[in-house]
Amino acid sequence: MQHKKQFEQPPRRVALFVTCMVDMIYPQVGRAAVQLLEEQGVEVVFPEDQTCCGQPAFNSGYHDEAVPLARHFVDVFHPLIASGQAQAIVLPSGSCATMTSHFHLELLENDPAYLKRSEELAAVTFELTEFLVDVLEARLPEAHLPGKVAYHACCHLLRELRIDEQPRSLLAESGLDMVDMTGSDECCGFGGLFAVKNEPISVAMGNAKLTSIEACGADHVVMCDVSCMTHLQGLLQRQDRRCRAMHIAEALASRHPKADGELNTPAQSKAPDGGDRPRRWQDVGTN
Amino acid sequence: MRSRIDIEAPFKTRVKQAVANPTLADTLTRATLHLKEQKRLSLEELEAQRLRDQMRQMKAHTLRNLPELLERFERNVVMNGGRVHWAEDADEANRIIGELAERHDVRKVVKSKSMATEEIHLNHHLEAKGITCVETDLGEYIIQLAAEIPSHIVAPVIHKRIDEISDLFAEKLSMPRTLDPQALCARARVELRQEFLSADMGISGCNFAIADTGTVCIVTNEGNGRMVSTLPRVYVAVMGIEKLVPTPQDAFLQYQSLTRSATGQRVTVYLSMTSGPKRLEDVDGPEEFHVVLMDNGRSRMLADGYSESLMCIRCGACLNVCPVYRQISGHGYGNTYSGPIGAVISPLLSEEMARNKDLPYASTLCGACRDACPVQIDLPKMLLNLRHDLVSGKHMPGAERRAMQGFAGVASRPTAYRGTARAARTGTRLLSGFGDRNLRRLPPPLHHWTRQRDFPPMAKQSFREWWAKRSGTRGPAT
Repeated sequence: MQHKKQFEQPPRRVALFVTCMVDMIYPQVGRAAVQLLEEQGVEVVFPEDQTCCGQPAFNSGYHDEAVPLARHFVDVFHPLIASGQAQAIVLPSGSCATMTSHFHLELLENDPAYLKRSEELAAVTFELTEFLVDVLEARLPEAHLPGKVAYHACCHLLRELRIDEQPRSLLAESGLDMVDMTGSDECCGFGGLFAVKNEPISVAMGNAKLTSIEACGADHVVMCDVSCMTHLQGLLQRQDRRCRAMHIAEALASRHPKADGELNTPAQSKAPDGGDRPRRWQDVGTN
Repeated sequence: MRSRIDIEAPFKTRVKQAVANPTLADTLTRATLHLKEQKRLSLEELEAQRLRDQMRQMKAHTLRNLPELLERFERNVVMNGGRVHWAEDADEANRIIGELAERHDVRKVVKSKSMATEEIHLNHHLEAKGITCVETDLGEYIIQLAAEIPSHIVAPVIHKRIDEISDLFAEKLSMPRTLDPQALCARARVELRQEFLSADMGISGCNFAIADTGTVCIVTNEGNGRMVSTLPRVYVAVMGIEKLVPTPQDAFLQYQSLTRSATGQRVTVYLSMTSGPKRLEDVDGPEEFHVVLMDNGRSRMLADGYSESLMCIRCGACLNVCPVYRQISGHGYGNTYSGPIGAVISPLLSEEMARNKDLPYASTLCGACRDACPVQIDLPKMLLNLRHDLVSGKHMPGAERRAMQGFAGVASRPTAYRGTARAARTGTRLLSGFGDRNLRRLPPPLHHWTRQRDFPPMAKQSFREWWAKRSGTRGPAT
C-alpha cells in the first residue's frame, strides 16, 4: 500500500484526472465530480494535456507501450503538485487510481527520476469517494434518485486500493433508498480487454451480476468506475432490463428537482443546513 | 455421459462449450460458494491473518533453502529404509515408476488422489504397459469411470450433479438409478474394496513431506489413502519438489492451513504419514517405499521470478472464489491445474507457454484469489507478469501489438490524443446516426463487445470541451 499524505489543512485546490472514458463518453460523470468537490469548497483544476493512464496497455502485458503514458501523467501532474497549484489529484475511478498510484511505480522502476516524482504523485492521489470521506470528511447535500439503489464494489477499488467503506458510507448518508445486493463484491466480468478477448466469459459473469441486481430489486446500480458501468449498462440495455447502471458521482450529485440552485453549484455555495455534525474544515475557517 | 468440454480443443472452443452448458455455472457457483463459506466459518475460529503470515514465512524459508532441505529429506528417507528418485520432467517420472512396476511384476495399481500424477498423465503411461490403474478416491473414481480429468484441485468431480453420477453408475456398474449419495458411495466402496486387496502397488501424491524426518504426508477423508499406502507390496509417493516442509511443526501448520482453506475442516478424517517401509517387527505396511521427487519446470519457475507460485499448497481456495472458474469450470482451463493458480502454473510447467497462452488472459484480475489464498500468493501479479512475458516473447498477434503501439503513440502526445479522440467521437456518433442511441454493432475487433452488449454513444460535448467553455478560456477542444 502506498503511504498517503496526511494533510494538516484540508486541500483547497485539487487537480482532476477525469479519465479518458469520462472525457469522451461520460462527461456528466466528470461534471458531477466537479460539482461534489466544489460543493465542499474545493477549487478544481483541470490540466488539459491529460490523456490516458495507460491501463489497457499495461494490463495486456504491453509495458513498453504503457511507460510513455506513465511518464506523460507525471509530466502533466507533477508540476501542478510541486508548484502548489494543486494539493491533490482526484479521479472518479478506482481502476485508473490503481494504475496511476500503484502500477505506474512498477513501470517506472528503472527510471529513478520519474519514479521519485511518480511516488510523490501517488502519495497525493485519491479516488473521488476516498477523497471526499478520508480527506475532506465531507457531508454531502441530500441526493435524489427515483427508486431503489444498490452499490456494486468494483474490483480494483475494493481489492487493490481497499476502498469500500467510503463509497458505502456516502451512499448510506445520501438519503438514497439503498438496498443490499448479494455478492456486491464479486467481479462484474468487465476486466478491461478481457471484455472483448473473452467475451463469452465476460458476458456470462455480467449476467450473473444482473441476476443479483434483479434479485435485490434495484432501479439503479451505482459504482465507482465507468468501465464496469459500461459493461453492465450494455447488458442491461441489450436485455431491456429496468435497472440502470450509474457512476456514484452522478448518483451523489443528483438533486431533488425542487432543490435550489442548478446542477453545477458554484464553488462558494454552502451545503444544505440541518446537519448536526460540523462540516469539518469549512467551519473551522482556514487561512 | 462425457464431459461436454473437450480438453484438447482450443481455449475459445472450451469456453464456448462451457458457457453453452445451461447448468454448469449454477452447479459450480453453488458448490464453490458452499466451500467458500465453510472456509470462512472455519477460519473465523482462529487468527486467520496470523496463520497466513506464518504460512508465508514458512514457505518462503523453505523455497530459499530448497536444495539443502531436499537433500536432508532424501537422507532421512534412505535412513528409514526407503528410496528417493529424482525426476527432472514428466517423462522421467513416468519412466521411473514404470520401471519400478515392471521390476515388481505389478499388474494392478491402486491410486490415492494425486494431482502430481495427473500432471504427468501417469495412468496413460502405466496402462500402455498393460498395468491396470484404479483411482480409489471417490471423486477420482467417478472421473475415471467417466474418462474425464479432475475439474477442481480438491473436489475433482465438483462439476457433476448427483443425477449425472447416478446415470454414470447405471451405465458403467449396472447400478439401479438413485439420488441417494450414500447408496452411490456404498456401491463404489464394494467395487474398490476388492481392488485394494488385489493390488500390487499403491501410488499416491503428497500433500507435504517433512525434511527433518523423511515423512510423506497425505491428507484424506475417505481412508483410501491409508490403504493405498499400507496394503500393497510397494508404495510409491509422487511429489513436486515444492511440497517439502522443514519440520513436523511446519507440517502441522500447513495441515491446519490446508484443511481449513480447502474444505473448512479443523482436521480431516485421515492424515497418513509414511516414513519408510515395513520394519521387521511391523505387522503391516509396504515392503518397499519409494518417493519420486519431481521437478517438471519447478526449478525454472523458482529462477524466473515465479517462485511465489511454488508456495501453493493446492487447497483450491482460489478456485472457490474465482468468478471465471465458475463460468468455464476446471475443464475450461484445459489442464490438470485450473482456476487462478492453474492459469499461472500451467503455462510454466513443462514449458507449455504457447499452448496455454490464453490462460493468463482468462482473468479479470479481480483479486479475489489473492485475498482467498492462505499463503497470500499475488496471483493477479503473476498473471500480469505472464502477460508481459507473452508479449515480450512475441507470442501475441502482430495486430494487437501494432494497435497497442499506436494507442501509446497517440496517448502520450496531447495534441494527437485530442485529435484522435475527436475523430473517434465523430466516428461512433456517425455509427449511431448522430443520435443518442446506443451502438448495437461495432466494427472488428470491437464487434465482440456488441455481440451481446450495447455500447454507449460518445458524448456530443466532451468533458474538456465543457470545461473549456465553462472556464471561459478557449482551450483546445476535442
